[in-house]
Amino acid sequence: MNFWGKLNLEAFQHPKLVMGAVVGMTLTLAFVVTFLTYKKKWGWLWREWLTSLDPKKIGVMYIIVSLLMLFRGVFDAALLKFQQAISIGNNNGILTSDSFQQVFSAHGTIMIFFVAMGLMFGLINLIVPLQIGARDVAFPFLNSLSFWLFVAGMVLVNTSLAVGEFAAAGWLAYPPLSELAYSPGVGVDYWIWTLQISGLGSLLSGINFFVTIIKMRAPGMSLTKMPIFCWSVLGSMVMVLAAFPVLTATLAMLALDRTLGMHFFTSDFGGNPMMYINLIWAWGHPEVYILVLPAFGIFSEIVSTFSKKKIFSYMSMVWALMAITVLSMIVWLHHFFTMGAGANVNAFFGIMTMVIAIPTGVKVFNWLFTMYRGNINFASPMYWFMGFIATFTVGGVAGVLMAVPAIDFQVHNSLFLVAHFHNMIIGGVVFGYFAGMTYWFPKIFGFRLHEGLGKLAANLWIYGFFVTFIPIYILGIMGATRRLDHYDASLGWQSLFIVSGVGLMIILAGALVQVIQYVYSIKNRAKYIDKTGDPWGGRTLEWSTPSPVPVYNFAVVPDVSERDQFWADKQNKTIKSVEYEPIELPKNSSLGLIIAGFALAFGFGFVWHMWWLVIVGLLGAIIAFIVRSLDTQTEYKISVEQIKKLEKLSTPA
Amino acid sequence: MSKAHNSDSSIDKPLFGFWVYLMTDLMLFSALFASFIVLRNNTFGGPGGKEIFDMPYVLVQTAALLVSSFTAGLGILSARAGNKKLVYRFFTITFALGLLFIGMEISEFDKLVSEGNSWRESGFLSAFFTLVGTHGLHITSGLLWMAILIWRTSKEGLTKTNVKRLTLMSYFWHFLDIVWIFIFTIVYLFGAAGL
Repeated sequence: MNFWGKLNLEAFQHPKLVMGAVVGMTLTLAFVVTFLTYKKKWGWLWREWLTSLDPKKIGVMYIIVSLLMLFRGVFDAALLKFQQAISIGNNNGILTSDSFQQVFSAHGTIMIFFVAMGLMFGLINLIVPLQIGARDVAFPFLNSLSFWLFVAGMVLVNTSLAVGEFAAAGWLAYPPLSELAYSPGVGVDYWIWTLQISGLGSLLSGINFFVTIIKMRAPGMSLTKMPIFCWSVLGSMVMVLAAFPVLTATLAMLALDRTLGMHFFTSDFGGNPMMYINLIWAWGHPEVYILVLPAFGIFSEIVSTFSKKKIFSYMSMVWALMAITVLSMIVWLHHFFTMGAGANVNAFFGIMTMVIAIPTGVKVFNWLFTMYRGNINFASPMYWFMGFIATFTVGGVAGVLMAVPAIDFQVHNSLFLVAHFHNMIIGGVVFGYFAGMTYWFPKIFGFRLHEGLGKLAANLWIYGFFVTFIPIYILGIMGATRRLDHYDASLGWQSLFIVSGVGLMIILAGALVQVIQYVYSIKNRAKYIDKTGDPWGGRTLEWSTPSPVPVYNFAVVPDVSERDQFWADKQNKTIKSVEYEPIELPKNSSLGLIIAGFALAFGFGFVWHMWWLVIVGLLGAIIAFIVRSLDTQTEYKISVEQIKKLEKLSTPA
Repeated sequence: MSKAHNSDSSIDKPLFGFWVYLMTDLMLFSALFASFIVLRNNTFGGPGGKEIFDMPYVLVQTAALLVSSFTAGLGILSARAGNKKLVYRFFTITFALGLLFIGMEISEFDKLVSEGNSWRESGFLSAFFTLVGTHGLHITSGLLWMAILIWRTSKEGLTKTNVKRLTLMSYFWHFLDIVWIFIFTIVYLFGAAGL
């Protein structure tokens, strides 16, 4: 057996463009490392952040990683758009077909798994414990492990850029193309192990937050007194629990096909490629609702806060969320009506898909009715909200259109579909998480972001979105298929592709304004400092704590008797008794990071068939896990004096 | 612990969390079961279940696992009663039966491969080895967990946390037993009957 497995020097040779990206990435990494060493910040970083089990810190780390990955994903998108705008007739553009395929596969994988999922788990970590009046999550160590598995997956997907290649089979790697016979390289293996590792992290997070919400609510907070955001997270986590194990099983089967020569999805020896497509969408469709439900929750909080009204029809909001949770699991087949399952099967899944529009519509109207006769403050989160309502409704209508199997046959695999799902994911998920980041930023850091720049960024994103994707809808109807790297001049598509490229520039300008917004606000934070802990006039428990939130969240665990408890307290001018008790919190642990490091070694070993590394990774992870289970002193105590001191520091004079 | 700071602290979090984990594991197995059912007749001209399954052999395996579940239950009862000696005895029997089960499975796999019926031969065989093998991997990790807990109990005694840990482990064990009953029925019985 070869020590290096399939790895050889050829894996490090790339086209110029990729080389440039690799050098850029390496230089950035080298710069960060040198900077930290120069500033002697390693110890601080290790103690305060990397080994922390505080969900607020883990949440911030999730968001930082996701924003870095957003940079990579947007860069990929720009490459694709540029290629499509110029690759016509004799001009073959800047990317070879093979590179183009790798770039769109990476774009999809990174945007879903490392941007959208990361932002989601980041915000959940930051806000859910605060909203339910808890001091921590149910399993703090598991939470850290989830985060580090997410990072391990992220490292693996980016390693593929420098060492070897990435999958060229799309973000869901359909067989038989993704089988060894047609994708003999390591690209698909990178894809499999990236998702397997980060997916395990997501599953563990799902268990963690499900238990947190069910078991750790403040006294008096029955389920129907929970903020809508927590309900949306509950729905999302239920879907994680049901769907992610299916992803794990499916990826494992594909990996077995590729590594051990099995025949689950091959087109010979009795394999069945369509089975993969069913299985992957049995996970994949819930997945998109997993992403969007928390965004719905965020908008519910925002619209109610900035309209100074309680959410319109709370119970129907909850009902709608739960209906979506259930329905999301019985619509997967609409991703491949063209499979040929027959009219009755297609009709069932078509109707179920249309039915989902009902609870979603209920939510849209509830948001609008919440604003109706409200005392609306159009702060920057509301800009994202209004952009969302318009964008998401357009996308939703396109979705219902495609739920009709006969229409779907026409637009299947076309750019119309691509426009639709970007409409939902940018307009729904991305706008939602950006809104949430702006809304809760002062809670976590103690100062606000610059409002004007925030509004400008939101506008650029909203207009940029439409300029980018309306041409894509039109191109789809004109017959342009997805994943197109070259087309004939006579088709007359180029102008629309160029318009779409211009739209992306507007989005990029929006992203740039966001960067400026963050840099400017952090530099001038003294000016935007929020001493009240409640800068927006909030309604839910997180605003009752000082900003930034102390490590224990609540010095005294709140008593809940109302839906918008903090709002009620403010109205009634309730004075709370302050009787502190010692608080137990989890100690730092580096084992989550270490286990994830072994998982990364395991994945890398599998990709390159370095079996010794696989064994080292597996044994290392198991031993580290056992070591953790032997540790009985996992908590430390904060004394009453310390609480008094910390509370004095953060309470407004 | 400070006074009831959680709404439902009557049932503790690890217990509930472990149940939730078991349900996710069930989803994993259901995906594998579904795949097996789709592929069970895709033998590509090779042998099907009828030709390769040795039913008396599998029945012994099944009996070993069912009895081990029973002894695990007795072990938990003894742990609750605080009888350390009986805990050892019952969990040692459980462990031995688990070892017998997994040993028999490995030898069955070995026999199949040596007869030229490896997972490479057909969709049916791929699905068979994967479903049964995944269960076997679970059993193996269960055995590792059991060994660690027996060792810990011998070191620390039947503390409250150790009893709780043993309880969780026994849930895992019973869960694998239930999955096996489905494997026995769907894979072996239906397969051997040619259904």
